[in-house]
Amino acid sequence: MTKLSINGREVEVTADPDTPLLWVVRDELRLTGAKFGCGQALCGACTMYADGTPIRACVTPIESVAGQAITTPEGLQGRVAEAVRAAWEKHDVAQCGYCQPGQIMAAVALLNGKPAPTDTDIDEAMNGNLCRCATYGRIRTAIKTASETLKG
Amino acid sequence: MFKDNIASSVRSLTNAEPVALDRRGFLRLSVGTGAGLVIGAYVPVRSATSVQAADTADAVFNPFVTITPANKVIVLSKHLDKGQGTATGLATLVADELDADWSQMVAEFAPANAALYKNTFFGVQGTGGSTAMANSFEQYRKAGAAAKQMLVAAAAQAWKTDASKITVSKGVVTDGTNTATFGELASAAAKMPVPDTVTLKDPKDFVYIGKSFPRLDQKAKVTAAPVFTQDIHLPDMLVAVVARPPRFGGKPGSVDAAKAKAVKGVTSVVTIPGGVAVVASSTWAAIKGRDALQVTWDETDADKRGTAELLEQYKALAAKPGLSVRKDGDAEKAIAGAKTVIDAEFVFPFLAHAPMEPLNAILAFKDSKATIWSGSQLQTIDQSVAAAILGIKPEDVAINTQWAGGSFGRRAVYNSDYVAEVAHIVKALAIDKPIKLVWTREDDIKGGYYRPMYVHKVKVGLTESGEIAGWHHRIVGQSIMEGTVFAASSVKNGVDATSVEGVSDTPYTIPNYEVEVHNTKFGAPPLWWRSVGHSHSAFAMECMVDELARAAGVDPVAYRRRLLAGSPRRLGVLELAAARSGWGTPPPAGRARGVAVHESFGSHVAQVAEVSVEAGRVRVHRVVCAIDCGIVVNPATVEAQMESAIAFGLGAALEGAITIRDGRVQQSNFDDYRVLRLTDMPRVEVHIVPSRERPGGVGEPGTPPIAPAVANAVAALNGQRLHELPLRTRA
Repeated sequence: MTKLSINGREVEVTADPDTPLLWVVRDELRLTGAKFGCGQALCGACTMYADGTPIRACVTPIESVAGQAITTPEGLQGRVAEAVRAAWEKHDVAQCGYCQPGQIMAAVALLNGKPAPTDTDIDEAMNGNLCRCATYGRIRTAIKTASETLKG
Repeated sequence: MFKDNIASSVRSLTNAEPVALDRRGFLRLSVGTGAGLVIGAYVPVRSATSVQAADTADAVFNPFVTITPANKVIVLSKHLDKGQGTATGLATLVADELDADWSQMVAEFAPANAALYKNTFFGVQGTGGSTAMANSFEQYRKAGAAAKQMLVAAAAQAWKTDASKITVSKGVVTDGTNTATFGELASAAAKMPVPDTVTLKDPKDFVYIGKSFPRLDQKAKVTAAPVFTQDIHLPDMLVAVVARPPRFGGKPGSVDAAKAKAVKGVTSVVTIPGGVAVVASSTWAAIKGRDALQVTWDETDADKRGTAELLEQYKALAAKPGLSVRKDGDAEKAIAGAKTVIDAEFVFPFLAHAPMEPLNAILAFKDSKATIWSGSQLQTIDQSVAAAILGIKPEDVAINTQWAGGSFGRRAVYNSDYVAEVAHIVKALAIDKPIKLVWTREDDIKGGYYRPMYVHKVKVGLTESGEIAGWHHRIVGQSIMEGTVFAASSVKNGVDATSVEGVSDTPYTIPNYEVEVHNTKFGAPPLWWRSVGHSHSAFAMECMVDELARAAGVDPVAYRRRLLAGSPRRLGVLELAAARSGWGTPPPAGRARGVAVHESFGSHVAQVAEVSVEAGRVRVHRVVCAIDCGIVVNPATVEAQMESAIAFGLGAALEGAITIRDGRVQQSNFDDYRVLRLTDMPRVEVHIVPSRERPGGVGEPGTPPIAPAVANAVAALNGQRLHELPLRTRA
């Protein structure tokens, strides 16, 4: 049994301790917001937070995050998250949309730490999140829009 | 992708009718004007005892339009939306003729039923070749117009007034005295006679078509809603992961499943034609089980060649005459007598599609009926293939099409490879639990169905004044269509149209022009990849023309202008992109501009790329794109698709290559099969040429021009003519 805290809820899971968090959350807890894209921490589609810090859930064994507060895309809340989602809608960012929960997790984490990110900050925070539809230009614009919203 | 009717080819695949017309509940198929336009009067089956109260039932107007009592207009998209915005586009067509309010529009996927939902260009239900708007443009408008006419008729009856006194605007029906929403009228309206004919709007009266609207699926995708096949969990569902041979053409030999079966959660291991499936109660257990599986592969028929050997073979073939594709005049003679001769050999690698959602499909088989959940792109073929494997009729295979996390061609497969896999697993297990097949990223990168490797050998002779005297062009590579269900319509005299498109049909005025092709064989199955043959042909044509311009001492835009006198639309985008890019003015320091223009899928696209080379690495800063795609349904979609298609082509041009050694694919994931990242995304500016021409495609046509525009810019910057993709500058 591994005890996890997912989106503020305490759960006990029976999966082996070395099971990646992504598969426990998706297959056992049925929270499918975080996606399987590469399984090797190369694309960012599976991004979750552990104690507020973005992690690649596809390579994170559950035993390593027991006791930490895990946030999945479904549990992403608050002013910054709302501003980011609104900006994503405003700029019609998603195409196929598969990577976007991970993109939004990364963008919210960026703005939590740096409310007024520079282009370099955006490059550093977002370059690990792949998008095959290449919505990158809109992602950059939407992060800036969200930043403006948060200023106001 | 393929324009001819392929229904008969699909029929021959299974020796069965692809889909029988289901006439239950189907009153009439009225065929309108235009390309096989169908609006059915489609009455849902409701037995006397199951009639729902009129105010709670959805009202079905025709196969495309349903209106709910809650006043939502549900448009059934016959096409897969894998990010390209098609579902929103089809809803736009209905909304306009229906005079609905945009906020009431909902897009859902139609069931698999070729009789109702065929792509009118293909003859089967399927999405591809950037045809969604082009083949649906009148069909979906007629569906909306017919529904509107029925709403008006119901209102006229309810209000005892003449239909001519009733107007509809933004979802409100009124005669000046009474008003009603669609939802209020829907139940009665759906029972009105289906109009035999409808009058479509004059384009000047369009309220939505031609204006930008956000995607209808945007909110669901931004809130991480479970819309993908990957997100579906069914009761009792098991997950399958398949071990496939390390070399193409290999087969499972002996299997030692003991260690795999010892993995907690693994329920069975089963051999299927293409590999060995590990089935488990969870995805991770299936992956771990496959890691533990021991398979000895039978490599008797495996292809053990690598890309180095193929390249050698392709280059040798390129030196020899091939199948004749086009012969105008005498190119060889003209080149022999030319003042200047320029030749080049262009080399293109294998490319994987690598959509963000790795391939998957769920199949449940019970009581001789199958149901598939999948981002199905060729529903009729998926039905036929699954049915043939399961020994049932295609119409007994239902498909719940899901939003797909990308495709770029990979989900439209002539043999429905991954649907066949899951059907084989279900059959081998004789199981009535749903099976979800999951491919890992490694499976995807190593799994074949690549954009094939090609070599183009081009030789051009110029006259003293720099005009083209003769052009000889030889293409070497795998045919995508040969040996598939599409061969009958796409391969003529051994020439696969998709191997030579973009070259054989060039609009450039060339007096002596000869095109030949060599079809090669390789174990990795070939497949269309965003823009198909244009993904390589545009590079060869546009780099070559650019080289000719420089050799003639003429500006590359001016040189193309001369060659395009007979192609006003192509010329139009060229001029627009040149003007908006500042062509002819000095670029920022350290940068140069390159141009390319190409037509594909009924649309013309020109791009000007502004590049620098930093430490040997090509960097693209800005791309100015002009497109003429005929009538525009949604400019926002066109813009998004240009951005996406440019970046897709750019990622491949800068980094993309699948290489093979000793028959084994050398790449496995995004670390070694590199795709475009945010830091390499250029600023993209899209300009749309206003047009009244029929709608062309927008999903693919943005891809072909980017690689040559970038290569031409590199040449302008440092004089290096790069003829091989991905682009590697020389020290």
